[in-house]
Amino acid sequence: MTKKQKKTLTRIIISAILLGAFMLMPTTAVIPEKWQMWWQLGIMLIPYLLIGKDVVWKAVRNILHGKVFDENFLMSIATVGAMVIGKYSEGVAVMLFYQVGELFQSYAVNRSRQSITELMDIRPDYANIEEDGGLRQVDPEEVRIGDIIVVKAGERIPLDGKVASGTSLLDTSALTGESVPREVVPGSDVISGCINTSGLLRIEVTREFQESTVAKILDLVENASSKKAKAENFITKFAGYYTPVVVTAALLLAVIPPLFLGLAWGDWVNRALMFLVISCPCALVISIPLSFFGGIGGASKCGILVKGSNYLEALADMTTIVFDKTGTLTKGVFKVTNLYPAGMKKEELLQYAALAESYSDHPISLSLKEAYGRKMDAERIGEVEEIPGHGVSAVVDGHRVLAGNLKLMKRMDIPYEENSVSGTVVYVAVDDKFAGSIVIADEVKEDAKAAIAALNEAGVRKTVMLTGDRREVGEEVASKLGLDQVYTELLPGDKVDKVEELLQNMNGREQLAFVGDGINDAPVLSRADIGIAMGAMGSDAAIEAADIVLMDDEPSKIAVAVRIARKTLRIVRQNIVFALGVKAFFLLLGAFGVATMWEAVFADVGVSVIAILNATRILRTEE
Amino acid sequence: MMKRYQLKDLDCANCEAKMENAINKISGVNKATVSFMTQKLVIDAEEGHFQEIMKEVVRVCKKVEPDCTIQM
Repeated sequence: MTKKQKKTLTRIIISAILLGAFMLMPTTAVIPEKWQMWWQLGIMLIPYLLIGKDVVWKAVRNILHGKVFDENFLMSIATVGAMVIGKYSEGVAVMLFYQVGELFQSYAVNRSRQSITELMDIRPDYANIEEDGGLRQVDPEEVRIGDIIVVKAGERIPLDGKVASGTSLLDTSALTGESVPREVVPGSDVISGCINTSGLLRIEVTREFQESTVAKILDLVENASSKKAKAENFITKFAGYYTPVVVTAALLLAVIPPLFLGLAWGDWVNRALMFLVISCPCALVISIPLSFFGGIGGASKCGILVKGSNYLEALADMTTIVFDKTGTLTKGVFKVTNLYPAGMKKEELLQYAALAESYSDHPISLSLKEAYGRKMDAERIGEVEEIPGHGVSAVVDGHRVLAGNLKLMKRMDIPYEENSVSGTVVYVAVDDKFAGSIVIADEVKEDAKAAIAALNEAGVRKTVMLTGDRREVGEEVASKLGLDQVYTELLPGDKVDKVEELLQNMNGREQLAFVGDGINDAPVLSRADIGIAMGAMGSDAAIEAADIVLMDDEPSKIAVAVRIARKTLRIVRQNIVFALGVKAFFLLLGAFGVATMWEAVFADVGVSVIAILNATRILRTEE
Repeated sequence: MMKRYQLKDLDCANCEAKMENAINKISGVNKATVSFMTQKLVIDAEEGHFQEIMKEVVRVCKKVEPDCTIQM
């Protein structure tokens, strides 16, 4: 609790005790009959002023400033009105109840604000700089590019940099929501916000604090609440009309029945006062931004950065999702996926191919060497000859090895078995005899299939993949992952056209999202309703171009984001319907004289509290 | 010039919108956003008159929400 809240709590307790004591006090005693009323008013004014003086004072001050319709005004009018018609203890009790509600409300909002800020708390407090053999803590903003900072085990890396010495495992969970630690060695790039879990690291700073990943993420999340969702704008507008309308209605309620129907003034004024108490739009006005903020906070905990409430809202209405293939659904790294030996062991085939290609730096050769995994013994290799556009010829362990594409086999007149598996195929011949083929392909990400399934389950109707790759490759990946549509052999410009085409076929509130790695798809990211960039740790381009940024490169995070968005929107709708429903109900009860002031205060404060509690549910979103 | 200020005791969400509107009406202010959740004011205003503009911002905020203070 803050100081202010503690003070309010003390006031509440004291005035509650006073109210109880005065209500139980025998009335007849020493006071003569005709002074009874004044005595009652006098003693009740003590707890009333104690608990309500700030509300009344604010109301007066606001009227002086020309602002009439706020909750302070409504509460003051209602309680003073109750006093005037002789309901002293009720007047005090209503004010007391109102303050209890306000206190609880500010406590709940503070708590959830705190827990959201904690989720996003990746700001480093200091950086260690080595000086005269000792360490000195400085503000991260003072560190310059090229400085060496020291990060001890358990500390957070304050600025982006490169490891100068030391090895360690980094906990990136604050940025990615991912719990698997990342290994770093001298020369590795490290980004701020990660926690050093084991060894001592010396890091050469490559970016100043303002440019570092942490500062960028914080900036992004903090500014997210300034991009407001339609629901938020609706509520602000709504509140602008709602209060004056209710106040006018209350005025009519107080004046018309007594004037024209000759009914009792006291009763109708009382009903009008209740009307005023119920009318306050606080529940909506507080709980809706709180829900969105909670959604954005919960998402950032999972490594999903949402740039504004409006994008969260759009994500909940997403029906079509378009993926880029390479780097998004696939790893974008070429790997040996299959070996098809003919008349020798798999290991032998791989060994011949790797050794024959050992002098080349071509990505295909690199992946062969990586798959082989052992040291290349230069003495085993001789007479290497590159045949441009075809492959290589080399002597390995005294055997002549040919490794290359189909054209190489044809050119050398070697009878071969054609391999129709998608991907790049390397054909190998040893001593002019076909030895088999090796398939090298871009691997599909482990969670890609599950991600598509989860999106379908979450209610996304159409999943599309765009790729510049060959048709066979693209179609195979698409069918493996269970995508609905695939467009292949596209040039970068074609991707925008395809997205335009898909957008044409959408109707109403349906939204289209495009997912890419942010490197050369900025135009598509900005053209789609929602641009999602993934694998953005440290990539400025992606953070800049996208509306939603996934900190790691797992496509399954998109389904998590959709779930969070849906949950947020569901809670927002629940709150709107609940708050307006309860208020409308009590307004009717009040107008017909069924409700008492107690119920009126519940309809105001109680509803706010329930709506706030409902909003805080978003923070408990499952991974 | 963009600047960010921390707000103290901004207690009511409705005041957020009122403050935002009032600040945006001040001449020289390009764009201002007030966030009830983060308790922050982000203001983009003309560089040359920034001091005077901020004085006006403080005055306007006092009028809308007397309890709320802008921490300079």
